Amino acid sequence: MLEVKNIFKTFNAHTVNEKCALQGVDLQLNEGDFVTVIGGNGAGKSTLLNAVAGVWPVDDGSITIDGVDVTHLPEYKRAKFIGRVFQDPMMGTAPTMQIEENLALAARRGQARGLGWHISKEEREQYRQLLKDLDLGLEDRLTSKVGLLSGGQRQALTLLMASLKKPKLLLLDEHTAALDPKTAAKVLEISDRIVLENNLTTMMVTHNMKDAIAHGNRLIMMHEGRIVVDVSGERKKNLTVPELLELFNRASGTDVVSDKMLLA
Amino acid sequence: MLDFIGAIPGAASQGLIWGIMAIGVYITYRILDIADLTVDGSFCTGGAVFVVLYASGTNIWLAMLAAFVVGMVAGLVTGLLHTGCGIPAILSGILTQLGLWSVNLAIMGMKANVSINVIDKEVLNKLLVSLRFVQDVAKGDRPFTQHPIFVVGIFTLVLIGLLYWFFGTELGASLRATGSNARMASAQGININFTKVLALMISNGMVALSGSLLAQYQSFADINMGRGAIVIGLAAVIIGDVLFGKLFRNFALSLLAVSIGAILYYIVIQAVLAMGLNSNYLKLLSAAVVAIFLSVPYWKSKVHAKPARKEAAKNA
Ligand SMILES: Nc1ncnc2c1ncn2[C@@H]1O[C@H](COP(=O)(O)OP(=O)(O)O)[C@@H](O)[C@H]1O
Ligand SMILES: [Mg+2]
Repeated sequence: MLEVKNIFKTFNAHTVNEKCALQGVDLQLNEGDFVTVIGGNGAGKSTLLNAVAGVWPVDDGSITIDGVDVTHLPEYKRAKFIGRVFQDPMMGTAPTMQIEENLALAARRGQARGLGWHISKEEREQYRQLLKDLDLGLEDRLTSKVGLLSGGQRQALTLLMASLKKPKLLLLDEHTAALDPKTAAKVLEISDRIVLENNLTTMMVTHNMKDAIAHGNRLIMMHEGRIVVDVSGERKKNLTVPELLELFNRASGTDVVSDKMLLA
Repeated sequence: MLDFIGAIPGAASQGLIWGIMAIGVYITYRILDIADLTVDGSFCTGGAVFVVLYASGTNIWLAMLAAFVVGMVAGLVTGLLHTGCGIPAILSGILTQLGLWSVNLAIMGMKANVSINVIDKEVLNKLLVSLRFVQDVAKGDRPFTQHPIFVVGIFTLVLIGLLYWFFGTELGASLRATGSNARMASAQGININFTKVLALMISNGMVALSGSLLAQYQSFADINMGRGAIVIGLAAVIIGDVLFGKLFRNFALSLLAVSIGAILYYIVIQAVLAMGLNSNYLKLLSAAVVAIFLSVPYWKSKVHAKPARKEAAKNA
């Protein structure tokens, strides 16, 4: 489904702020894979997701989604394949537009937008039902501005938007990090449900090792722009946090890494 | 005082005409979240194109359409400078505005102004709006349906209807999304460079159309006629917002509020002039008023932020 081949990305090349954020990343995801991504601050997790989403072009390497080479496609063209939820709850929605307008925009992801009306009656009913399933009391607020919603409500809405038009690939970048623990758990639960129901190929960045182990069928760990740990199947299922730390220490060649640093 | 009351119909007519320009400003400033300074140039471009074409015998509607299209081209230039060349939006607008100064002069045959010969009754009668119609209606020489307030009023309503429709379409919604959250728009597959350029084109088309109406109204186009237009546009948007923001939630009504804002602006200007202000100070006055209104939300948030912080500290 996703094939990332030897990609490199350097920010601020040839300046004192030069930062090699991705240094030869290879990654292959099969259809229906749910990969959790962990790694310390600045390891390149977000950069990897941004590279896949096409926020900017990579310096080297190639990215293929569902057999289509997207390496040179701009973000808005890749959007056809990709649903995204960002860390910042403000980022995934249009705050000055209504809930139903946001959903209608997302329902047309990857389609040409013409002079037809932006939303239909049937859509409205469908959205009401989907919002009801979220169980956040949004089903009666279809015409509320999204700017009035709480962070958790927005993330749940963004998740719904990302899956409304079934994406080939769902990218979740620490999408619960900005939420309080209770809301975060709820949003994670919604994420799980949406991924399972739609059998979505998913990459989920998290800073919580327990979550990384509990969710998905595969786990990768990044360090200094590289994937240094990659476990799946039974081995991933039975992983514990101390084991994960041990794996990390060995792979990264550091032994000062503490739980705290990874959780930072 | 009597002078002032007598001047109200004229001021309202002018306000309505400028209101169309202000609606153009609303599209960039409020919907796209860009302050587009192209308008100071494209307003005059609209007037110049109209007068030159109309004076050479072109059909009045065609001449206005041409003004609209040329205005769109001005918006296109700003849009391409911004999205295609990476120049900040404000600077792109300034560059186009400066360039348009020469272009406008060239359109007018290197003269600072061109006029319509309204002494010729045949020419005058074909006009859609004219300052003279205000007086004629007052004297009873013309029916009210020819009063600029009536004609431009209908014109404005039709434009608002068209814009309401457009911004309700999928394309229009993608344009609103671009202004609301460009990153989200991109992630939803919207080509934000395209939508930004399109918004700038529509906006400047409206501005030029407004310029063509003003040129018609005053029967001439002048190289300085658009100077400070952006400030007048912003003033209208802000006045509309302050007075009707709470009341008018619907998009079409918000546009109507802008138009009313422009009318009030001109009536207030008229009142200030009637009170004896030297008209040379008008621009200073406009700038000051807009600056004050733009800073109100900022100061409000500062004042409100303080008790909230205390409150939070208490609850902690
Ligand atoms: N747009 C950018 N411009 C400059 N530097 C960036 C940019 N994005 C990320 N970086 C840098 O690249 C490194 C990896 O960042 P990131 O992928 O965000 O880390 P994380 O694993 O915490 O998500 C960091 O050093 C960060 O400062
Ligand atoms: Mg990150």
